[in-house]
Amino acid sequence: MMPSTNPPAPMAITVRGLRKSFGPVEVLKGIDMEAREGEVVSILGSSGSGKSTMLRCINMLETPDAGEVTVAGETIRMKPAGSGKSRIADCRQVERIRSELGMVFQSFNLWSHKTVLENVMEAPLHVQKRSRAECLEEAEALLAKVGIADKRNHYPAHLSGGQQQRAAIARALAMRPKVMLFDEPTSALDPELVGEVLRVMRALAEEGRTMLVVTHEMGFARDVSSRVIFLHQGAIEEEGRPQDMFTEAKSERFRKFISG
Amino acid sequence: MDLPFLYETFLSLVAAVPLTLQLAASAIGLGAFLALGLALCRLSGILPLDWFARAYIFAFRGTPLLVQIFLIYYGLGQFREVRHSMFWVVLRDPYWCAVIALMLNTAAYSAEIIRGGLLSVPFGQIEAARACGMSRFMTFRRIALPLAIRQALPGYSNEMISMVKATSLASIITIMEVTGVAAKLISETYRAIEVFVVAGAIYLAINFILTRLVALAEYQLSPHLRQPAALPSTSTGAAR
Repeated sequence: MMPSTNPPAPMAITVRGLRKSFGPVEVLKGIDMEAREGEVVSILGSSGSGKSTMLRCINMLETPDAGEVTVAGETIRMKPAGSGKSRIADCRQVERIRSELGMVFQSFNLWSHKTVLENVMEAPLHVQKRSRAECLEEAEALLAKVGIADKRNHYPAHLSGGQQQRAAIARALAMRPKVMLFDEPTSALDPELVGEVLRVMRALAEEGRTMLVVTHEMGFARDVSSRVIFLHQGAIEEEGRPQDMFTEAKSERFRKFISG
Repeated sequence: MDLPFLYETFLSLVAAVPLTLQLAASAIGLGAFLALGLALCRLSGILPLDWFARAYIFAFRGTPLLVQIFLIYYGLGQFREVRHSMFWVVLRDPYWCAVIALMLNTAAYSAEIIRGGLLSVPFGQIEAARACGMSRFMTFRRIALPLAIRQALPGYSNEMISMVKATSLASIITIMEVTGVAAKLISETYRAIEVFVVAGAIYLAINFILTRLVALAEYQLSPHLRQPAALPSTSTGAAR
């Protein structure tokens, strides 16, 4: 998708100096990272390293205490709040930027009172105000793409975890996002269901989608991602191309981390 | 058994059913809006609003409805300011006093039922809505409230049944709903058993229909809790 001879693709996500504390615990200690269009960035780290918090700061589900997030060239405006922390300056802007970012959660979070098809159509129809016919056509195509077209009139409670997560991916894709954010998308699944979700994610990567993936799936990080970021205690310990990281990582911790 | 008398009584009491239903429906309908507002105050995280709602609920749940009706109907008329205010057109009318008292009372109970429903909405589903770019209001309207109503409905049906029965208290302030008419018939005939048995049967019938309607609404709103076999498997027009 991105031959190395071309000029580098424009930045999809830029994060500068991101800090976040929960009470006395400093979870993110000044993160700088970026992702170019078409890149698949895997974010690895042991639990508590801040990787999910970092992802959730990008679409402001967590408000960072300090730092700057830029999505497709547009910087999210923050303003100082009491106690020296920052807060969102313009809710409208954040809502608009969120609609350009597709988020996939660890626990799927499908809306339980809506069918799979209604889940997928909800945001395009009501947030983006696109026409019903267009939303329906696109939703059905997306459900076919993730392989659950036959489940479209089922409710989430009637699907397996793998099917729910694929429906959640279709829901995120329905907004035609610029970047997909995956927050441990396979961690809540039974081992035999992980494969079907990873296959969908792999197909998205091959289409050239920009993806930020917080994961524990080493195989996915090694084989699919264009870059790997390893977080340790709220800071980036090492980052690089997977072929380099998985063979000759400089960080002793990362070598230990991947050897289990 | 004096069947002709029972029949006569039944006819007189049934004629008062529309007024009973009207009282109950206005109180429940208006009370629901007030209750939603109070529940949102409780959950707002804004201390003055939270305290106001807590105090309101404490006062209206902690005192008898009959006392509240008396206070509004007899009590407010004592104040010259009230009698000379624009509200007097409403407050001089026993019907509206009854509706107001019932509404204020049911709102206190319903607010807690709705609050429980809202608290039961899984946070992940709210987060998913926000992550899609929904505003707070849209998240509330399209995700939180529909889920909360489904949770609250069984508890809320109790409150609706209580309200239907509570309309009988309005007879004390001269309103000729079912119980008011029954009391009048008894004062004319001294046949308390027959008249009150018929009156009781009428309330029973109203509440029977009400519970069936709520059960139907619950069934319609919860296909996601039933087995998938009951779902249409192919039609595409179902998406809203």
